[in-house]
Amino acid sequence: MATKSNTDKITSDLLRPIRLNKSFVIWMGFLGVSLVICLGAYGLQLKNGMVVTGLGDYVSWGMYISSFVFFVATSLIGMLISAVLGLSGQKWASPLARIAEIIALAFASVAGIVIILDMGRPERLLNVIIHGQIQSPILWDVTVVTVYMIISALFLYIPLIPDLKICSEKLKNLPPFARNIYKVLSLNWNNTPEQNKIIKQTTRTIAIFIIPVALAIHTVTSWLFANTSRAGWDSTIFGPYFVTGAFVAGTAAVIIAMYFFRKNYKLQDYITDNHFDMIGKLLVLVSLVYLYFNLNEYMVPFYKMKESEAILIRDLFAVNHAVLFWSVQILGLVLPIILLLFKKMRKPLPMLVIGIMVLLGAWFKRMIIVVPTQEHPYLPIQNVPLNFKIYTPTLVETLITIAPFILVLIIITLLAKVIPIIPVHETIEQLEDAPISPKGDLK
Amino acid sequence: MSEKEEKPKKKSRREFLQDIGIVGVGTLIGGSAIFAGINYDKRKKQGERIKVLTAENELLEIEKSDTTKVTKSPLKNLTYLQKEGRDGLKGHRWVMVIDLSKCRNARKCMAACNDAHHLRPEQHHINTLKMQDAKDTPAYYMPKPCMHCDNPPCVAVCPVDATFKRADGIVLIDNERCIGCRFCVAACPYSARVFNWAEPLHSHEDENLTYDVELNVPQRKGTISKCLFSADRLREGKLPYCVSACPNGVFYFGDENEDAVTNGTTKETVRFKKLLEDNGGYTLMPELGTLPRVYYLPPKGKEYPFQDKDKKEAGERLES
Repeated sequence: MATKSNTDKITSDLLRPIRLNKSFVIWMGFLGVSLVICLGAYGLQLKNGMVVTGLGDYVSWGMYISSFVFFVATSLIGMLISAVLGLSGQKWASPLARIAEIIALAFASVAGIVIILDMGRPERLLNVIIHGQIQSPILWDVTVVTVYMIISALFLYIPLIPDLKICSEKLKNLPPFARNIYKVLSLNWNNTPEQNKIIKQTTRTIAIFIIPVALAIHTVTSWLFANTSRAGWDSTIFGPYFVTGAFVAGTAAVIIAMYFFRKNYKLQDYITDNHFDMIGKLLVLVSLVYLYFNLNEYMVPFYKMKESEAILIRDLFAVNHAVLFWSVQILGLVLPIILLLFKKMRKPLPMLVIGIMVLLGAWFKRMIIVVPTQEHPYLPIQNVPLNFKIYTPTLVETLITIAPFILVLIIITLLAKVIPIIPVHETIEQLEDAPISPKGDLK
Repeated sequence: MSEKEEKPKKKSRREFLQDIGIVGVGTLIGGSAIFAGINYDKRKKQGERIKVLTAENELLEIEKSDTTKVTKSPLKNLTYLQKEGRDGLKGHRWVMVIDLSKCRNARKCMAACNDAHHLRPEQHHINTLKMQDAKDTPAYYMPKPCMHCDNPPCVAVCPVDATFKRADGIVLIDNERCIGCRFCVAACPYSARVFNWAEPLHSHEDENLTYDVELNVPQRKGTISKCLFSADRLREGKLPYCVSACPNGVFYFGDENEDAVTNGTTKETVRFKKLLEDNGGYTLMPELGTLPRVYYLPPKGKEYPFQDKDKKEAGERLES
């Protein structure tokens, strides 16, 4: 049974990180300065036009759009961990739900900003609403990403309500205004059975509703490409191919976040080795499914070698993009699957390294999907400068591409600083349900 | 402490629901306010008072019933040109026929086009490509404008209706509306579209020009440009810039409804359907279902040799 001391220990352990400390200030300062530098690069793009990028009339989508796809992809993890695993009764994942939701919310909100970076006329953004054309996949994307962002915010907020109350009561060293904010946001939570019931039901409803929306955001994003008649994009499996790829990227992001939160917030008792073991297995599962889709996506055209696709496949397998293509497939997908089959590799540190490999691979994989197709249109590229034929990103473009990543880190850092990243109320509740120590494996 | 907790506990559920209610009602009120505002704006437009622009360029508001219609040459302001550009030329269905047996890669079409539309040298509304279909088939030159498809993929994907299909068959761009997302560039299988990556060539000289949708001048940084079938010239009853500039009789241009096309060099007018029938006319990549309005006649019986220096470029795609 949950003893008072146990409850107190959990509360104090999980609320401990919510305070201003030196490392937080230094980290945020670093992020802030980097963001300013990147925004300066964006200022250059606004002033001189998109000529500051390596894009041209043939490869007109590059790092920005690849990043956009990556951001939407990573944000899907909220749905996988909190909704799918939650609904299917995988109790081990519940302490990770909030980390997944924070990542989902951060990436989904910034995805909208990434797409603005790619616009030649960002000041005309509202035209999308004023003159919106319902038959354009961009409209579908704007709609579903916005919906997903709102639902993700609710999915983070509703289960957080009890914790906000705990924060307002227990965080005695905070200034009164901060505790008042927690109090107002906790909507008079009093831990009554009725309230608990409402929260449970609401969370469950959102969990069910978020699944189709999450599938929609990445399917629609894949249709930005699949709905064109371009070699390499003209594919009917792009929807599921992108969705499964998204789970790989998102799981890797959660693993990396788990590692840093566990270490910096001293949460070894709550994010245990068992959690790493389980999420390592999850990564193997989603990676295998993704590998299967990769086989379909590349081997079927490779067998047929239709003219336009043959040019693209040759380029990917053996010519210009071969090094990147094989690095992404092997280091970012096949090798992690093999490594993670060993229990020794599913420990925190090796998992961090594998997670970084997979996440990097996921970003470059989007480049492999977006760029080479445009370098091989149906008609030859002639009478244009060489840089129109082969896409080489510029330094300014790279800095601008980094900006949204910094923004995501800022959002995650801030959220993880003001709310307990392991659900306090739920952890205590689980303790009441099953007589296990907080150190034990929450299976 | 325990007393404090006891007291609100009784009300808790109600208060909790109340708070959710307040948020909900707030959202509803906010939403309906926005909705009402939009409706109000709509009604205002349909209302009795209208805005008029005087000859002195003064904007006035008057009762609609006080106005009388004046018939005179309309003021060619932006709004007028945008509407005119979308309405198109009634009763016509423009088509182009390109005779590949005549093209010698003179590139006068490209030069005339770039000049008319204030394009940089690397921006091509029309691009003469060196082509070769298979290893043993002869190489040929192929001028490639926009196909002005009847099922245009670019128009379908545009999120803001900045690129549109007119009743007379022409696909145009309104660069005052274009947001520069370049989805149309990605969707076009003919690589017909160009983007203004930098400040356009004559942006200083063109500063005071009113934007003409049918000419796409002045070009705007951060927006798309493409072949317009010289819609401005068609309005004046003239042939497109490229068609008139060709010294070799490659281009025919005309109206499908009249079944007549005119050669830009010889000024000879022939039957459109018969020209296609007699010479084996075809369209580019019909399998994509884009239904191009630009037709090609095969490079049969060419009167000139394909330049040796161009052979490598023409066969590039076959080598790999």
